[in-house]
Amino acid sequence: MADFWKRFSRNRQAVLGLLILCCVIFLAAIANIIYPGDPFLYSKFPLSPPGENGFLLGSDSIGRDVASGIAHGAKTSLLIGLIATLAAVFIGVIFGAFAGYYGGIVDDILMRVTEVFQTIPSFIFAILLVAIMKPSIESVVIAITVVSWPAVARLVRGEFLALKNREFVQACHTLGMGDVRIMLAEILPNCLSPIIVIGSLMVATAILIESGLAFLGLGDPNVMSWGFIISDGRSMLRVAWWICTFPGIAILITVLAINLVGEGLNDALNPRLRERK
Amino acid sequence: MTDKLLTISNLDIALPEGSERRLAVENLSIDLSPGETLCIVGESGSGKSLTARALMGLLPAPHVRATKGKVLFCGEDLTQASEPRMRQIRGSEISMIFQEPMTALNPVMTIGGQIDEVFRFHADMPPRERRKRAIQLLEDVHLPDPKQIVAAYPHELSGGQRQRAMIAMALALEPKILIADEPTTALDVTTQAQILKLINEMQDVHKSGVLFITHDFGVVADIADRVVVMQYGKVVETGTVDKVLNAPEHSYTQALIASVPSLIPRAPRPRSEHIVLSGKDVQKSFGGGKSLFGFGKPNRHVRAVKDVTLDLRRGETLGVVGESGSGKSTLARCIIRLMDSDSGSILLDDVDITSLGRSEMRPFRKRIQMVFQDPFASLNPRIKVGQIISQGPMIQGEARESAEARARELLEIVGLDERAFNRYPHEFSGGQRQRIGIARALALDPEILVADEPVSALDVSIQAQILELLDEIREKMNLSMMFITHDLRVAAQVCDRLAVMRYGEIVETGATGDIFNNPQHSYTQELLAAVPGQNWDRKLAT
Repeated sequence: MADFWKRFSRNRQAVLGLLILCCVIFLAAIANIIYPGDPFLYSKFPLSPPGENGFLLGSDSIGRDVASGIAHGAKTSLLIGLIATLAAVFIGVIFGAFAGYYGGIVDDILMRVTEVFQTIPSFIFAILLVAIMKPSIESVVIAITVVSWPAVARLVRGEFLALKNREFVQACHTLGMGDVRIMLAEILPNCLSPIIVIGSLMVATAILIESGLAFLGLGDPNVMSWGFIISDGRSMLRVAWWICTFPGIAILITVLAINLVGEGLNDALNPRLRERK
Repeated sequence: MTDKLLTISNLDIALPEGSERRLAVENLSIDLSPGETLCIVGESGSGKSLTARALMGLLPAPHVRATKGKVLFCGEDLTQASEPRMRQIRGSEISMIFQEPMTALNPVMTIGGQIDEVFRFHADMPPRERRKRAIQLLEDVHLPDPKQIVAAYPHELSGGQRQRAMIAMALALEPKILIADEPTTALDVTTQAQILKLINEMQDVHKSGVLFITHDFGVVADIADRVVVMQYGKVVETGTVDKVLNAPEHSYTQALIASVPSLIPRAPRPRSEHIVLSGKDVQKSFGGGKSLFGFGKPNRHVRAVKDVTLDLRRGETLGVVGESGSGKSTLARCIIRLMDSDSGSILLDDVDITSLGRSEMRPFRKRIQMVFQDPFASLNPRIKVGQIISQGPMIQGEARESAEARARELLEIVGLDERAFNRYPHEFSGGQRQRIGIARALALDPEILVADEPVSALDVSIQAQILELLDEIREKMNLSMMFITHDLRVAAQVCDRLAVMRYGEIVETGATGDIFNNPQHSYTQELLAAVPGQNWDRKLAT
């Protein structure tokens, strides 16, 4: 673990990314303390510029606090990103593991199914799914999961294909070990590194998809999110620039930070890169 | 001194900080005359390959570099030579052949194109002339149908042919020095014999000096004029081949030579008549499948094992020998049921195990266990050694405490410290890992051990230790062993009986002594004739 941290911290950008990410998580955690109450609550000061009338980052067209929206929206974005990614990794690992391990007809069937999902452009597919299911936080999570698991499945399948013929796996067969145990206890731990890396990068993509959906009015109308604030302020971009700008910056910084952390994990976990340094 | 081609004096090569040792090569002094073959022998990590790279100016700079000493090539110090000058020298005056011809050749260029490159960089010749020379060269190295090979890609040639093509390339400009870094290690023994002969022949024609790096004393005995023995980056002994091989002075050289298995088979042991395992007409082929929708060409159909019939008696060691692709590993995997054979039967005490399902097979698993070839691939890097060993008995229903106690006991039996129990495999050397692999196989108290090239990835001194260990446990536990190897020297020392395989068939079986002294089949004769260093063995025996 200490060794891992040493390699990770060698990449300065990754440490910076981790720092920013911690700040965002912290912000989401204390949102209810610094901005108690409903972020949808409107005041009598619509369109206040930043710093006026007690609004740190200004207010929107009906007087809602942008700063409060960003703090509460952080929670939404991170939760959706995390839950959708976990679900996608779970499904992807199962598909990939079975396809790679058994090969043959199982592989053929599972991979053809995966390809069906991959042929549809992911964002349009997500819009379609949310539109069918009615916009809610659950449907957004489901839509993001459905469009992002095939990448994991492909990756895990490749790893399993490469590892299943290694001698240590054959040794397990000669001991009479069962297939499920070989997959879970013997092969899976050996492909955790790439799964962690792709998972961390998927969180960033999930946040982007969620913001995009909210921007198109397909987010949960009862949950504050960054995309929702931007969508709400876009018609007033020229009179009230702050409504779109600050949540936009929040998305940019968070996604960038997660990508940096993902890169850092990749460097630290990938043994081939390790030698290069 | 002027007639020396190459004089290396007091050469130091530094390794990056934090490495196992500070200097890869320390205070190395050797020289090479025209027409001479100098062999550098040593085990892995002795610095022999880095020495060769230093001559070529191919050290992985900036981490590894020559820090002291001189490399004089015809009076010119190569450690001081500029990069453009080195480029001139490489290929035209000093050239090199590598261990693995597949990785040393560019897979997307034809053989002819690659030879052509050498001429283009170093000599001023019209294209037609270059092509003629390329064909001539391929003919010189005895490649069949050079006109076709010029247009062939590396993957279309066999291993031996690729190595011939490499040699043709290396000799294209008639270099003064040829460096050969383990050029025959990846090749089969019959191909090796041909390549060694070819190098010798080329040397006679061109009068070049050959610096031959190897770990194989048999090869040394056959081709060397002089020998340099290296250990941990230092030269421990230099001398003529006669002196070093037959009257070694340094204790390390003596130990190395003592661990080379002799070609004279050991005395036969008393044998039991009880047959524990027998295979009858075992068949296995690969390929021939189609894709889901039936598109595309069916895969190539290969019959890897054809009608193999063999018996293994209690307490004996049956050697299965053959070259790569002879089907010996496939046979082993069919017997241990890692693969399903297509037809035929494998009887384990009168039960045909080929027809058993997975759960029916489980009780038989513990009676027949396997030791794998590659000690680095055969242990799961994410699982602790103790668990690796105790896993087997626990799957077979033993309690954790007793399985772990047995694992500790086994670690001691295979000569490892008990503290190894809580460590991960990467903390161990190749030889130690192979011991762990053996302990894992023994944990189930098997009656039969299938060993698939268990020592071929190890240095010769470690190899001797592992063979000794296998011998010891075989006696102690009354194991029957099926020993798969390509190395006839190892086979001579380990096996009671031999089965010689070629193209998936067993061409000859018999007691080891009989096969070595009086081989019946022409292929067996060919195989035995190709083993390097036979004269040396005969000399040692008398």
